[in-house]
Amino acid sequence: MSRYILKRILICIPTLVAITFIIFTIMSYTPGDVTRMILGQEATPEAMKELAHQMGLDKPFFVRYANYMVHLLQGDMGVSYRSGQSVFLEIIHRFPITLKLAFGSMCIAIAVGLLLGILAAVKQYSILDFFGTALAMLLASVPYFWLGLMMILLFSLKLGLLPSMGSNTWVHFILPSITVCVGSTAAILRLTRTTMLETIRQDYIRTARAKGQTEGKIIFKHALKNALLPVITVIGIEFGSLLGGAVVVESVFSLNGVGSLLLQAIRLKDTPQVTGCAVFLAFFFMMIMLAVDILYAYIDPRIKARYQNS
Amino acid sequence: MLEKLLEIKDLSVVYHTDEAHVYAVNAINLEIGARETIGLVGETGAGKTTTALAILRLLPEKTGHITQGEILFKGEDLLKKSKREMRGIRGAHISMIFQDPMTSLNPTITVGDQIYESLLIHNYEGKPRDELYKRVDELLELVGIPARRRKDYPHQFSGGMKQRVVISIALACQPQLLIADEPTTALDVTIQAQVLAMMYDLKEKLQTSMIMITHDLGVVAQTCDKVAIMYAGEIIEFGLAEDIFESDQHHPYTTGLFGSIPDLDIEADRLNPIEGLMPDPTALPCGCKFHPRCKLCMEICKTTLPPQWHEGDHMISCHLYSREK
Ligand SMILES: Nc1ncnc2c1ncn2[C@@H]1O[C@H](COP(=O)(O)OP(=O)(O)OP(=O)(O)O)[C@@H](O)[C@H]1O
Ligand code: SF4
Ligand SMILES: [Mg+2]
Repeated sequence: MSRYILKRILICIPTLVAITFIIFTIMSYTPGDVTRMILGQEATPEAMKELAHQMGLDKPFFVRYANYMVHLLQGDMGVSYRSGQSVFLEIIHRFPITLKLAFGSMCIAIAVGLLLGILAAVKQYSILDFFGTALAMLLASVPYFWLGLMMILLFSLKLGLLPSMGSNTWVHFILPSITVCVGSTAAILRLTRTTMLETIRQDYIRTARAKGQTEGKIIFKHALKNALLPVITVIGIEFGSLLGGAVVVESVFSLNGVGSLLLQAIRLKDTPQVTGCAVFLAFFFMMIMLAVDILYAYIDPRIKARYQNS
Repeated sequence: MLEKLLEIKDLSVVYHTDEAHVYAVNAINLEIGARETIGLVGETGAGKTTTALAILRLLPEKTGHITQGEILFKGEDLLKKSKREMRGIRGAHISMIFQDPMTSLNPTITVGDQIYESLLIHNYEGKPRDELYKRVDELLELVGIPARRRKDYPHQFSGGMKQRVVISIALACQPQLLIADEPTTALDVTIQAQVLAMMYDLKEKLQTSMIMITHDLGVVAQTCDKVAIMYAGEIIEFGLAEDIFESDQHHPYTTGLFGSIPDLDIEADRLNPIEGLMPDPTALPCGCKFHPRCKLCMEICKTTLPPQWHEGDHMISCHLYSREK
């Protein structure tokens, strides 16, 4: 098992190299000049050239990329053009906010999605099922930024119930978490319903009934564990989309997380910061997927056996 | 005379699906005495599994409906029991072994815990955990599986061993009636004989009555006291094993079934299966349900339900026999 985990971590490296390369390329070949951003509109061409030379920006693309990678592989993400601070420290400083947002919305998505999904499956074709399916469709089609703005309008401005910005207490996270979670809630709900419907038709569910087991135990002890396997994968994948959603939603709700840092860095053409954020989020996502795989093995003995043999 | 354990009276089951009404079981009568083994034989689709599920009230809730009849278990009508009372009967008094051992065990729970679950559900005396697990070990050994394999998962077992586990689950609470739905058809031929022999021994040891569902007359000959032949949801012939295997008087369908067993003594160019197919259960023929395939079909067969002919325990539902008398 531990060999498998090590292997999976090593597999992350080529993916990360590809990500850095893509971002580096995009940042290098999009219009805009960092030196002007730093020195301001009044800067003379000489001063800009001088600064570019100091920052190594006048070197060819591949040299810059190789340079960056050499440092990155040693664990050094460089310094931000904007602040002159270590990129890594800036990310770490802001990460708790993104993490809280992602976990908060994940919890809502899992709780609501699983519960409604199970209910919809167990009471197939009932009002509940209809309601659940309709809700899933609605949630899946709402854009984040629009929902965020609407919720601010309603709950913050009209009703004055919840704060629309800041990150001091958990109350500040309610609206943003709900905003980010809608897509994932829909995905989890739909998948839970489908796999649950399939699982409760299995023969071993009938065996459990023939033992005299109660319906509640049949659903939660026998069916859910088996139905959960595909759902867990989707939860992992949805975590990625939550991180992506956080990028947009953080700026709607003025949260100072990694997402808003990334947006800001893109606007300023702060290449080390952009690449750093992307690498960080990607790595985090890959670790989540690894955790999902391990959880899988924990739930399904057949998969565990396969890992142990490989 | 053995007392009656189970009496099925005039039972009919219909599946209501979106497309059609499937008349799966049509007014059958069947009696099972204590410690008796009854073979329920018929082609695929005859309604054997449906009958078994109806006894346990495990028909699919939305589609499967019992439209008439009574199922008396020790004199009490199971169809009048509450859901809760039925749960108390399932697994404790009446158990069922399902057709396919590959899929009847939960892949994410150890076999030991699946047996333990049966014991726990009906643990009315509140026995402690250790004692129940000791019983799990006993049950495993009883079906010929070493107790140390209790913590293994179903995927670590072969088909035959899985079926042994399923059997030990069914026998865990020493039920009075065991319904075995083709317990061996999914297994290798060599293992079939082993599992059958074991089931028979256990049944004798535990003094359990059994309904053995199968389409294999060989299995019936080995294990059953009485035999019911089912066709298109009806029991068309019933009798002691001797009546079925030795008498000359048979329903033409039964004769056909015997004809479809290859016989080494008789020189035959090809198997002699019954021509034609089982009628569509959504639109059953009038009169005798077998008449479209029957070589001896008469005019009356096409219009009138055949009466039942009795001789001792032997019953045949066919116009041929009513003529003779
Ligand atoms: N859930 C269901 N919905 C609709 N029709 C069904 C359902 N289950 C069984 N049937 C139909 O009822 C009839 C009897 O089926 P049943 O399973 O009782 O047959 P069987 O004698 O057990 O056959 P086999 O030997 O294949 O197991 C068949 O025509 C079958 O198609
Ligand atoms: S009743 Fe008629 S059709 Fe039916 S089995 Fe007897 S002879 Fe054949
Ligand atoms: Mg069947």
